[in-house]
Amino acid sequence: MKYKSQKVAYWFFALCMLLLVLQLTYGFIMGFARIGMDGLHEFIPFNTARAVHTNLLVVWLLAGFMGAAYYIIPEEAQRELVSVKLAYVQLISLAVVGVIAVVGYHFNHWEGRKFLEIPRELDYLVVVNVLLFLGLILATLFTGKRRTTTALVLTMGLLFAALLYLPGMIWFDSQVTDSFFRWWVVHLWVEGVWELIMGGILAYLLIKLTGVDREVIEKWLYVIVGLTFLSGILGTGHHYYYIGVNKIWLIVGGIFSALEPLAFLAMALFAMYMYRKGEKSHPNKIALFWTIGSSIVSFIGAGLLGFAHTLPQTNIYTHGTLVTAMHGHYAFWGAYAMIVLAIISYAIPNMTGRKRYNNSAGHLAFWLSNIGMLGMTVAFGVAGVAQVYLERKMKLDFMDVQNEISIHFVVLILCATMFTSGILMYIVEFLKYGKPTDEALEA
Amino acid sequence: MLSKSQARTFFLGGTLVTFLAFIGLTVYSFQPKNDQTNIKKLDAKAIKGKAIWEANNCMGCHTLMGEGGYYAPELTKVIERRGEGYVKAVLQSPIPWGPKGRKMVKYEMNDEDTEAMIAFLKWVGEIDLNGFDRVVSPLAKD
Repeated sequence: MKYKSQKVAYWFFALCMLLLVLQLTYGFIMGFARIGMDGLHEFIPFNTARAVHTNLLVVWLLAGFMGAAYYIIPEEAQRELVSVKLAYVQLISLAVVGVIAVVGYHFNHWEGRKFLEIPRELDYLVVVNVLLFLGLILATLFTGKRRTTTALVLTMGLLFAALLYLPGMIWFDSQVTDSFFRWWVVHLWVEGVWELIMGGILAYLLIKLTGVDREVIEKWLYVIVGLTFLSGILGTGHHYYYIGVNKIWLIVGGIFSALEPLAFLAMALFAMYMYRKGEKSHPNKIALFWTIGSSIVSFIGAGLLGFAHTLPQTNIYTHGTLVTAMHGHYAFWGAYAMIVLAIISYAIPNMTGRKRYNNSAGHLAFWLSNIGMLGMTVAFGVAGVAQVYLERKMKLDFMDVQNEISIHFVVLILCATMFTSGILMYIVEFLKYGKPTDEALEA
Repeated sequence: MLSKSQARTFFLGGTLVTFLAFIGLTVYSFQPKNDQTNIKKLDAKAIKGKAIWEANNCMGCHTLMGEGGYYAPELTKVIERRGEGYVKAVLQSPIPWGPKGRKMVKYEMNDEDTEAMIAFLKWVGEIDLNGFDRVVSPLAKD
């Protein structure tokens, strides 16, 4: 750690850990409900559990991105954050908004729009919160001694993520128009600007962990984020095939979303090539595992599994089935959860001064969580494909099909238990590091 | 070999071109001649139905036009499939609806809200979904 103000990142990461545990808890509630064990239905019906599960995912990932920015930007700009106090205000207000939203979901207080359930009055608070965050990051960046490509790409991703939240706040009378612009937020976040954030964090970690020249890494970073937008913006069309908009999206969405895996492939090749090219052997191997792992799993989850059902001819059968849940889980895990866990694994030893990386518990956490998530993805996939054939081709009743495939959710719960064991081990390791200290400052 | 400035130009240029194309296609999609939703038939009752749909987060369990929670049935063609009477009974049920073991939230809706929901689902059921409506309807032959 080079600047005292980087310590603020620790508390964003701690919030991540807390929200992640809550997210997994609600995931289990949903998993058990799917095999008929819905004893909590009166208090936490499935739609509540689902809204909490997905919104906590978004909030903990955003908290992770923000923590990453508070850690990375001072180092890249070579100056302290402009205001540590305001960064803490931003952290507390983010947590408060998140808690109010989640509590509200249990009392039927929401917008009922997938991924954007936060009610309107809280939307405005989110906007204020994000503006404060961006103000701090931009002020630090533009008053710093240098403006690196890594910092600019990361900041651009965060800025666009904030701007793209706005179309989701507009009311439309038509369900079709509503869905159309909801995807401006959700798709252009996860298959657009969040990839900029991921790319920025990945580039920073590769510079630090491999020792490869910054100019080389940043040049390829431009190529990767270029491919991301080139395919991802018009790739939004794959959400428009069957929601009541013009047929032109079948062609546009089909072509460009088929190109989307290229960006993830480039990211995976980029990370592996830089690792091989690097002459520096950084002792924090666990951070390297998460970093390279993120680039590979994101290619499989977001790239390959996305491609598997993105063509209109396939999607007409898989749209609205558990096949989407299969892709969604592995894509979010690889692309975003793992990169946040990577930057935490890199930053925590530097902030606390305790170089206790590379113990067996850290590696076990990595493998347990990854194998568990792979198992969950397979369970969702098998259930989804069976659902497609039974419901969409054989025309069986929805609930008859759900009862037939419920065994796959038993497998899912077992794999989720393994995944959760890995995550809990990761959190125990996080806690064992203790709190950040000024003594960890590099001379 | 590609230089850093060329890579930056590729990123900025590619982003700008595709973003402009995206905006153009969005404008094209919402021109009245390209409407596939019978937007003129969207009346106040159906709009109220949409508000109720959102206020209760129905999408958290059901899917509509293939979007939602994958936990409860697809409702795109539900009026055609089940009829208004069945849908009314579900929405007004005093106990959680769950004929095959999976429970729905008990809404006990009044007549006015129920009619609005039915109007909304009817309007959705008549949208041209580029073929998806045939896949999700058991009345379809393909």
